[in-house]
Amino acid sequence: MEKRLITLNVNGIDYELYINPKTLLVEAIRDHIGLTGTKRGCDTVSCGACTVMIDDMSVKSCSILAVQAEGKKITTVEGLEKNGELSPIQKAFLDNGSYQCGFCTPGMLMSASAFLKENEGKDVTEEEIREGIEGNICRCTGYNSIVRAIESVVKGNYKEG
Amino acid sequence: MSTEIKELKFTTFKTNIKYSVINKRVHNIDGLAKVTGRATYTFDVKLPNMLYGKILRSPHPHARIVNIDASKALAMPGVIAVATGKDTPGVKQGIWRRYPELCDEQILPLEKVRYIGEPVAAVAAVTEEIAEKALELIDVEYEVLPPVFQPLDAIRKDAPIIHEGVERNINVTRHIEWGDVDDAFAEAEKDGYIREDWFRTSSQHHMCMETRAAVSSFTPDGKLTVYCSTQSPYYMQALLAGVLDMREGDIRVIAHYVGGGFGGKFELDAAIFCSAVLSKKTFRPVKIVFTREEDFIASKRRTPMHYYIRTAMKKDGTFLAREVRVFTNGGAYTGMGATALYLTGFFCSFPYKWRGYRYDGYRVYTNTLPSTAMRGFGAPQAMFCSEQQIEWMCADLGLDPYEVRRKNAHTECYEVPGQAYIQSCGMTQCIDKIEAWAKSKGNLGPNRAIGVSAAGFMSGGIFNWFDTPYSFSSAVVVINYDGKVDLYVGCQEIGQGSNTTMAIICAETLGVKIEDINVYSGDTAHSPADLGAWGSRQTLMAGNAVKMAAEDAKRQLLEFAYAEMGLNIVYDLDIKDRWVHVIARPERGMKYEDLVKRAIRGKDGQRIIGRGYYTPHRKGMISPAYSYMMQAVDAEIDPETGKITLHEVMTAHDCGQPINPLGLIGQLEGAASMALGFGYLEDQPMDEGKILNPNLVDYKVIRATEMPKTDMIEIDTYEAEGPYGAKEAGEGLTNPTAAALGNAIFHALGLQMKELPITSEKIVNALKEKKEKQGK
Repeated sequence: MEKRLITLNVNGIDYELYINPKTLLVEAIRDHIGLTGTKRGCDTVSCGACTVMIDDMSVKSCSILAVQAEGKKITTVEGLEKNGELSPIQKAFLDNGSYQCGFCTPGMLMSASAFLKENEGKDVTEEEIREGIEGNICRCTGYNSIVRAIESVVKGNYKEG
Repeated sequence: MSTEIKELKFTTFKTNIKYSVINKRVHNIDGLAKVTGRATYTFDVKLPNMLYGKILRSPHPHARIVNIDASKALAMPGVIAVATGKDTPGVKQGIWRRYPELCDEQILPLEKVRYIGEPVAAVAAVTEEIAEKALELIDVEYEVLPPVFQPLDAIRKDAPIIHEGVERNINVTRHIEWGDVDDAFAEAEKDGYIREDWFRTSSQHHMCMETRAAVSSFTPDGKLTVYCSTQSPYYMQALLAGVLDMREGDIRVIAHYVGGGFGGKFELDAAIFCSAVLSKKTFRPVKIVFTREEDFIASKRRTPMHYYIRTAMKKDGTFLAREVRVFTNGGAYTGMGATALYLTGFFCSFPYKWRGYRYDGYRVYTNTLPSTAMRGFGAPQAMFCSEQQIEWMCADLGLDPYEVRRKNAHTECYEVPGQAYIQSCGMTQCIDKIEAWAKSKGNLGPNRAIGVSAAGFMSGGIFNWFDTPYSFSSAVVVINYDGKVDLYVGCQEIGQGSNTTMAIICAETLGVKIEDINVYSGDTAHSPADLGAWGSRQTLMAGNAVKMAAEDAKRQLLEFAYAEMGLNIVYDLDIKDRWVHVIARPERGMKYEDLVKRAIRGKDGQRIIGRGYYTPHRKGMISPAYSYMMQAVDAEIDPETGKITLHEVMTAHDCGQPINPLGLIGQLEGAASMALGFGYLEDQPMDEGKILNPNLVDYKVIRATEMPKTDMIEIDTYEAEGPYGAKEAGEGLTNPTAAALGNAIFHALGLQMKELPITSEKIVNALKEKKEKQGK
């Protein structure tokens, strides 16, 4: 297939890429742009390690083509910090020990961020938080520390920096 | 004749020292890297001029390799090299290095393949896609041999031979015995109770989020650097030296961030070996990352077991004797499976006192994916069988299962005859706490119940089948002019928090803050040899080495302080929170930073270097110390569908002195999720040796919505053998869960589930069977 020139906006920066249209978004982010925070843990859209935010929605970046993300606002784990300050969910992950090996953490943070954005100002139940990260597998933590971290951000324990 | 239970003549004690760093809630020292995406795993490593490797795998469970023709693949543009067994020294390797007969695996075999998915050739190409395509161009001529898949079939006289010269495919046998077993059974036959049961435990995949991955880089001076996802850089260095016919010191293994291990990443794997072989052929870095499917079919698994237990007790619930026979499905090669065979036999006695105990274990080769270590290392299988049988025997006799467990439980300063010396032991307190918790819940309603299980685990193995000539753990502490400390350790961070644990122990010992410690680990170029992260060994063994190294450095500092302060020699000095002071008069002292500067000047400018090591001696056969726990699982089962809803997991836990409380909770919750998966979800069904669910759609793991509430009650003990009284705290927690779930199902529905995993389907079938029986 003929290669195409596309522009992807990742974490506020435009990247011009000359790629095969079959390239997955996760491949574009990791291999072409070179941001390796986003991981990949399966080939079946099952594990969520590659989750990014596209226009504030969580998307598994192995499930869409890079060309489909053109013209959209893509945020990866590297884009969560603002002016050198961690985002509330990153701080909450640190305080609650919501990571162990860390491989699922970038995807988990993006699902959590999208969930928090979607439910800003709303009351959410623990069950809803769990559903918000259901698409992400964590083999280390058993999830409960992640749920606690999201809960603490919902409760307003962390201010945007 | 009965064997007398020997109580040892020393006591454990609990100190009342107030710690500055230990048991405080701190951020993991690598947390920032992990929550920002800056942590770089082997999966992320990219080197200049790097090639990509792919592995061709056997489609047959058992076949002779007649010929491999790679000429078409080599002719493909972009393919740089192909490696087969003929490109290797052909060494049969294994992690049980002391026993040559157990070193039975050639990664890239020369003669035979023994399981579906076994590597037969590897390609290095300029892209992963080209490497993948090139695999299709390699012609392998096989002579298919008759396979055998089940251990009880493989031990038959007429079964196919998987390894030449290994009769009846029996790979390893293990016998453990103490006391007079037959005498105790005879007593029970007269006036007691005997019960026997057969169980079957299933396979479980480690399912590390980072699949097996390696980047090897060979340079023309004959040196090799390997980035890999491993639990033990030292083992990889030593094993690679063996299979590549190289000097250990010419191989550097780097594993900075590892995406999970759980027992699956401390054998030499094909990603590491094949990338090294291909790099040696090309003098270019070669990266191999397993796909998720490859990880499922070719990166080993928890050992499935056929379990027979016969237990004798007095009518009042006093345990008399137990006889255990186990056949494990070893798969094609030995690996760490030999240790699992030993440990399952030992831990099936746990955590109780027996007058007589006899175990015979057989590890049997089959034409399936080799089985190995996985979190709990044989003990979760043992507890699933043992703890359910005990529960059923109590029900048979109308005895209180808490009372029976308490009556027979290990106590502190107890010797398991000829096997183990138990020093600290909080088993009884664990039972008390869980009993009180369970009873406080009252009646939970229909189809719902709490099941409990006791368990214990080792704090590091003391066996040396690896035949290391080095200390089991080592550490070097370097104090710099600004007072900051560099800590060099070979223990491996795989997410369990060992870097943080070591930093805490180092900071506490030196009397500085955790921010003062830089931990250097995961690189054989600077980390002293250490056996790595397995068998729950690092907190105790590496922790002791770090404590000793820090004490060594501290002693050197305090020598200068004595001289500086002109003290009466009967005074003792200490450092706490960076304040060097006379213990009896804490206000009298000096700043730590000032002391360091003077000490380094006084040493002609040398940095202060402390060294420490740990190798266990005279601690029995298994481990220097044991953790204890009791766990309760509150589960509800829909009798129509068999669906299990997990409400809560409560654990009373004795890990000695907790070092890192946040890490401890993480270990508890993580172990629970993995062990619940073992209990009711995870399995690797096979058809003629082919794994049927090698992907995350069909292989179910627990997700956030299924995970129950978890909580923990810490039992206060002090382990004399551990650093600051600490014991293992991460692996053992996997042991009780499946049994506790089984017991919950027993109490909720009256079912005795003897096969793992306890799926909804099995529950529905068992209920149907029960109804049919009652109808008759």
